[in-house]
Amino acid sequence: MAVKTASGAPAAVPLGSTVQPGKKGFWAWLNRRMPIDEFIASQLTGYYAPKNFNIWYFFGSLALLVLVVQLLSGIYLTMFYKVGEASSFDSVEYIMREVDYGWLIRYLHSTGASAFFIVVYLHMYRALLYGSYRAPRELLWLIGMLVYFALMAEAFMGYVLPWGNMSFWGAQVIVNLFGTIPGIGPGLVEWIRGDYAIADATVDRFFAMHVALLPLALLLLVMLHLVALRQTGSNNPDGIEIKEKLGPDGHPLDGIPFHPYYTVKDVVGVGVFGVLFAIVVFFVPTLGGLFLESPNFEPANPLSTPEHIAPAWYFTPYYAILRAVPDQRLGALLLVLAVALFLFLPWLDRSPVKSMRYKGWMSRSALALFTVAVLVLGYLGMQPATGLYVVLARTFAVAYFAYFLLMPIYTKLEPVKPLPERLTYHAH
Amino acid sequence: MADHAVVADEEVDLSRRKFLTGATVATGAVGVVFAAVPFIESWSPSERARAQGAPVELDISKIDPGQMAVPVWRKTPIYVVRRTPDMVAHVSGHDSELKDPKSEDSDQPAYAKNTLRSRTEEYLVLIGVCTHLGCLPKQRFAPGELYPSWPGGFFCPCHGSRFDLAGRVFDGSPASTNLRVPPYSYPNPRTLLIGEDEKGAA
Amino acid sequence: MRTEALRGLSRVAAALAALVLAQGAAAAQEAAAKEAGKPGADWQSWHANTNVTDMPSVQRGSRNFVSYCLGCHALKYERWSRLARDLSIPPQLLQKDLLPPGDKSTDYILTTMPSKDADTWFGKTPPDLSLMARARGPDYLYQYLKTFYVDPSRQTGANNLRLPTTAMPDVLSELAGLKRAVFRNVMIKGEGGQFTHEQLFDHFETLAPGRLSETEYDQFVRDTVNFLDYVSEPTQAARRALGVWVVLFLLLFTWLAWLVKREYWRDVH
Repeated sequence: MAVKTASGAPAAVPLGSTVQPGKKGFWAWLNRRMPIDEFIASQLTGYYAPKNFNIWYFFGSLALLVLVVQLLSGIYLTMFYKVGEASSFDSVEYIMREVDYGWLIRYLHSTGASAFFIVVYLHMYRALLYGSYRAPRELLWLIGMLVYFALMAEAFMGYVLPWGNMSFWGAQVIVNLFGTIPGIGPGLVEWIRGDYAIADATVDRFFAMHVALLPLALLLLVMLHLVALRQTGSNNPDGIEIKEKLGPDGHPLDGIPFHPYYTVKDVVGVGVFGVLFAIVVFFVPTLGGLFLESPNFEPANPLSTPEHIAPAWYFTPYYAILRAVPDQRLGALLLVLAVALFLFLPWLDRSPVKSMRYKGWMSRSALALFTVAVLVLGYLGMQPATGLYVVLARTFAVAYFAYFLLMPIYTKLEPVKPLPERLTYHAH
Repeated sequence: MADHAVVADEEVDLSRRKFLTGATVATGAVGVVFAAVPFIESWSPSERARAQGAPVELDISKIDPGQMAVPVWRKTPIYVVRRTPDMVAHVSGHDSELKDPKSEDSDQPAYAKNTLRSRTEEYLVLIGVCTHLGCLPKQRFAPGELYPSWPGGFFCPCHGSRFDLAGRVFDGSPASTNLRVPPYSYPNPRTLLIGEDEKGAA
Repeated sequence: MRTEALRGLSRVAAALAALVLAQGAAAAQEAAAKEAGKPGADWQSWHANTNVTDMPSVQRGSRNFVSYCLGCHALKYERWSRLARDLSIPPQLLQKDLLPPGDKSTDYILTTMPSKDADTWFGKTPPDLSLMARARGPDYLYQYLKTFYVDPSRQTGANNLRLPTTAMPDVLSELAGLKRAVFRNVMIKGEGGQFTHEQLFDHFETLAPGRLSETEYDQFVRDTVNFLDYVSEPTQAARRALGVWVVLFLLLFTWLAWLVKREYWRDVH
């Protein structure tokens, strides 16, 4: 029994069979030299994805979209930006005021930076919800985490380039974190800066890293992420493998071709995202100081620290953890641990089920507490570190780490719900 | 529940599907074109370039008769020659040796489309860039300097284009049009304003 | 074990509650000051309410700036020609009213005061104001320009509530008049529990009226801040105007895309 699709998409296409030898015309000529149809058949129309994706599954394709926006706007910014202690700040204002539509390109890039973290965080949260990091997707998750690390480095270095006062002091604080490494710390800090303070040499090398090396690394890692995804296939909100229930045609019974079904769906996501993105770009590009901080409209001043120094919002949970610890070295260590613990999730989770839908009350409470902890820490990281805030930061830092470290215990202890035979899906 | 996730629905209206897809793709294409505009526009001369390309003033009373001043307008040398009556006389008499004696195919404001290619007899204002491939022609004002019948003018060292004292190109030159004339005006008898005339700033 | 956890929880709850209470208390204090009708008592809640599309206001502000600020403060990222174009000031008017003699219209708006002199006169160079409205916010500038008061202990003879010990003299007193700040002593409970004396601002008293009435001066400051808001981002009006069309277009696109999605997903059961 062959599957007919109303769209006319071929349901089952063996590789290499798309070009009929006798076929004429430009398209056939092209396909004999470049496997275009074959690629579409294997990666889109013949790639089956679970049919029950919900809203959480938009953020992967949106992250790709933001990556493209960042590459494009970033390349254009390099045409007008002049790196250097003496010229960086002025050239950004030059872009904002004197280049035709320069303001738009710059706001696309600055908003895109925050949007990147928003979609990546939601994408990662989806994995926590439905256990997408579990076998057989451990490597997919690890590569994804590498993408996240590269993104963090990319964002940090990009943040320094406008050479405002927050750029300068942000660079100062983050680079000094490396100074806490025993033994090599101080030498390492000097090496990263290339000077005895954050200076010309620092911003020059951050520029090169930001526009060349790290984007290349990001692209490579994103490609590997997609390759690994194609190997295992997507997880889904039920956390069961659709490949275990195949139809007589060899395709998963609960799978649907990625194209057209998920392409048309993702385009809707692109539209909604585009509306929200445009609202920020055109009406609130600074988003009240969250996306572009006010002190960064003052040029870097090595003699004057801004009153409240906090990193960009996407780093504030980690920053709150750092400040919650009264010991410099331990604080930095916990900061690294807070990021690195994500790498171990595939092995920390011992539950017999993947998805939160079938996990027990302990896992659900742990994730809820973790969510609150991240949000509260994110807020605290933006506030001045006074007595009250430190108490809260310590409390929620404990909750943050407990989510990871207790996971092997609570995922084992709790009773879980029985898994369904097939995906739960209700046609609209 | 059907066994397979995807089944053809009897009631599917294929033409509606086609129409909606077409409309969305067309709208998306329009969006992409619109989105390209800021990126394309960003390459046009910026406010800074435009400010630096603003009209330039020159005190022409300081040029000695028979001499040339070379002010810079829009990063381009402008040749301002104060022609003596003798030099003016040397402009006529060789029309038959010129490619475009009446400046029909050349680039100049209407007020410079005449034999002397200038607003006044005395002052010649030219963009000092060869119309062949963009080198800067040298001044060879003395008659006979290049060859016995040479009436005086400009000589381009790159490919040997020759122009007379009105910037008109001689036959046998690789350049095919006369030297260009920028828009200019005289706000007062002593001052030449390059880059702006009655029509406003260029 | 259980009681430990409970005690920890109650501490967190107390901390959260204290946070909420602290915010509430500050708001209540502000409201009380407003009700008391003391001039200037609620200065921290004053808003500039800028609107850069209010062209007459921005134009007045530009004139204010040239007359009262340009002597010391530059706008080094803004060109006179840009100003004239954005504010619809005709070229003749720009030449006559605004452009300093000898400056070209394409020049940046720079002050004539050498920064070395400024250093010796004020102890610091008066900052460039191109981006001040973005760096500090329009409300800050508005509050700053409205809370100067006489303070003989300062070298300039003036002090400011928004920026205490400001190096700037009260150059606008000619317009605004002279004010005295009345403080009251309060006991504040410090973190360690001990009380300390502190002076809190209570209200302003007019010493000498200026050339402008209170409402006129308020308008003067609003216009000036409005102008500085425009200068801090000259493209902002164009940005919002374009944004409306972009968002409407994207909404149309999203609606179409949703219709397509709904059509295709009829297949999925």
